Amino acid sequence: MSEIEQHTIAVLVDNEPGVLARVIGLFSGRGYNIESLTVAETDRANNLSRITVVTSGTRMIIEQIKAQLSRLVPVHAVRDLTDEGPHVERELALIKVAGTGEKRIECLRLADIFRARVVDSTTESFVFEMTGSTEKLNAFVALMEPLGLVDVSRTGVVAIARGAKRI
Amino acid sequence: MSLRQMTGAEMVIKALVDQGVDVVFGYPGGAVLPIYDALFKQNQLRHVLVRHEQGAVHAAEGYARTTGKVGAVLVTSGPGATNAVTGLTDALMDSVPIVCLTGQVPTHLIGNDAFQEADTTGITRPCTKHNYLVKDANDLGRIMHEAFYVARTGRPGPVVVDLPKDVLFATGTYVPPEAVGARKTYRPQTRPDPARIEEAAELIAKAERPLFYGGGGIINSGPRACELFAELVKKTGFPCTLTLMGLGAFPGSDKQYLGLVGMHGTFEANNAMHDCDVMICVGARFDDRVTGRINAFSPGSKKIHIDIDPSSINKNVRVNVPVLGDVAQALEALSDALKRRNFKPTRERVAKWWKAIEGWRARNCLAYAKSDQIIKPQYAIERLYALTRGRDPYITTEVGQHQMWAAQLFKFEAPYHWMTSGGLGTMGYGLPAAVGVQIARPDALVIDIAGEASILMNIQEMSTICQYRLPVKGFILNNQYMGMVRQWQELLHGARYSESYTASLPDFVKLAEAFGAVGLRAEKPDDVDRVITEMLAVDRPVLVDVVVDQMENCFPMIPSGAAHNEMLLGPEDRKLEGSVSEEGMVLV
Repeated sequence: MSEIEQHTIAVLVDNEPGVLARVIGLFSGRGYNIESLTVAETDRANNLSRITVVTSGTRMIIEQIKAQLSRLVPVHAVRDLTDEGPHVERELALIKVAGTGEKRIECLRLADIFRARVVDSTTESFVFEMTGSTEKLNAFVALMEPLGLVDVSRTGVVAIARGAKRI
Repeated sequence: MSLRQMTGAEMVIKALVDQGVDVVFGYPGGAVLPIYDALFKQNQLRHVLVRHEQGAVHAAEGYARTTGKVGAVLVTSGPGATNAVTGLTDALMDSVPIVCLTGQVPTHLIGNDAFQEADTTGITRPCTKHNYLVKDANDLGRIMHEAFYVARTGRPGPVVVDLPKDVLFATGTYVPPEAVGARKTYRPQTRPDPARIEEAAELIAKAERPLFYGGGGIINSGPRACELFAELVKKTGFPCTLTLMGLGAFPGSDKQYLGLVGMHGTFEANNAMHDCDVMICVGARFDDRVTGRINAFSPGSKKIHIDIDPSSINKNVRVNVPVLGDVAQALEALSDALKRRNFKPTRERVAKWWKAIEGWRARNCLAYAKSDQIIKPQYAIERLYALTRGRDPYITTEVGQHQMWAAQLFKFEAPYHWMTSGGLGTMGYGLPAAVGVQIARPDALVIDIAGEASILMNIQEMSTICQYRLPVKGFILNNQYMGMVRQWQELLHGARYSESYTASLPDFVKLAEAFGAVGLRAEKPDDVDRVITEMLAVDRPVLVDVVVDQMENCFPMIPSGAAHNEMLLGPEDRKLEGSVSEEGMVLV
């Protein structure tokens, strides 16, 4: 009856001090999950930022989260991309791998298969840049683990609805 | 220099006046000295000096809840702001419109751990509806007006405006309320969806065991909403129960009124909640004190929920017909929809339901063992009610047994007469709230029904009461215990009364006199009428110490984790032993 669902929610907010704290405080204060959260200014002229939050919970909790977000004073719009039809989700990661010899060649080969770009290299390390779905990034990171994975930095999911419509 | 050029401190006063504020409850300090200086130089705004900032917020809450206006608070930075936090949380939980102005260290010192600095916007973010830090005097006017707008519209709540001292000294341009542009965000929906109204009307027209369940949202919506609610209940002939926050939204002495609902609600109200087939929830939020065990809550009913706050709908209980909007507008639309259907409640259909209700009512669940030796707390409240009828009393309470007895036994005929801390359950609420009510209604009879433990939490406000010659009556049911704590210890913790007894209480008669008030005491049942009469005869503040039965428990009671039809009716109730399950124990 109360299955856990994962939802990607886009929130358009006034770009003002404290707005991110309000959103995060709402999640921690009410015990909601944050799987990933990204935020950046997206419309300088109108002083708007866009927050993409991936969250999980029962249907009732997801509805609560959206209602609670909509209630915040600096929030312009809340859209449940998971509910509202097809959308595109992407995440970017920077992945640092160190090693020499066969392992070094193997990780380059895998990077090629995954279409990861080399953005920094030394004689004993690479930094890969990779864009894709969360699952694809997870798979690549897992493959790098035995090959000398050092550091991972990820943006979290950004998402947008397909088609011509504005948020 | 244009007329609109002024200092930040002057703007604060101007904005308050422009917002229709006539009184501010506050306490001065270093960071707000410029505002106090501006206050000194004007005479449009009255300031009431409290003795503790928590008292200032509760007083403003009392003022707001009896007038329907926004309550205004002014406190200093650091400890002034942190002391206000309990009051702000209380106002958030009970949807009371408050604007609280807090002083702040000058902007260049923010973040430096300066003297009396606290991260006020950070601390109050989760306990306010919204808050602001003003960084430029030119923004001050707009922000003040926005703060009032946010506080009073939608589901009302507290708003903090944090004011750094340099902004108060700086000169800027004041923006009057009419010059503030429309907001792009925060536009609460007040007009209900007509389709939902039709669905609700359909359910109501077909109901066989209907029940109105009204809450504080009716009162917050305004006097018109209360009228419409009472009209609809009377027109339908359906039974009606109210939450703790809703008392007064429907006349307490009316036959259709079943009494308080919830943990200490009546047998008839709770059984009706459990057995009804259509529940019409108006401005209430299905909180845990009302629902009892959630998976056993009113299992067979279709539920209509009218509320202005979308996050209150489907939060605890899934409802069949959510109606998002202002209560008054929704009830108006609902009445029209019923009229269009030529809806006439057929007596026969509801008659069977009323018969069941009368059966529950006949249990007389609020009865208690009377005594001529010792004052029963229920008796004291019954006499207070009887002797103040016709004097239109305004009642505030503290939190605990006395509060529940007052809610059960005092019958409120009209809204805006009952001020209590419901959601947060703040001991120490009643006395300062009474200050606010008496300031708003100087000629009214204002009584704080209190317990001796609660009233001590803000007893310093007696000094405020005496300074402003407010004839507030503190009616203390003194059992020397934190009564509700003791009751739970008796029922759930093997009568191990851990720290719930107060060994060294003050002599409340002498305490009253020390503040400059009148002190009275009742020790025997025969004394009760005499002290109440004396209390009412005095046109001065009074503390009445009513020495009551120490072991009396508040019944009926739904034990935590139990359902509405598993109520305990009294000390003789056989279910009492082991009535609370292990899951119930962990609930509050």
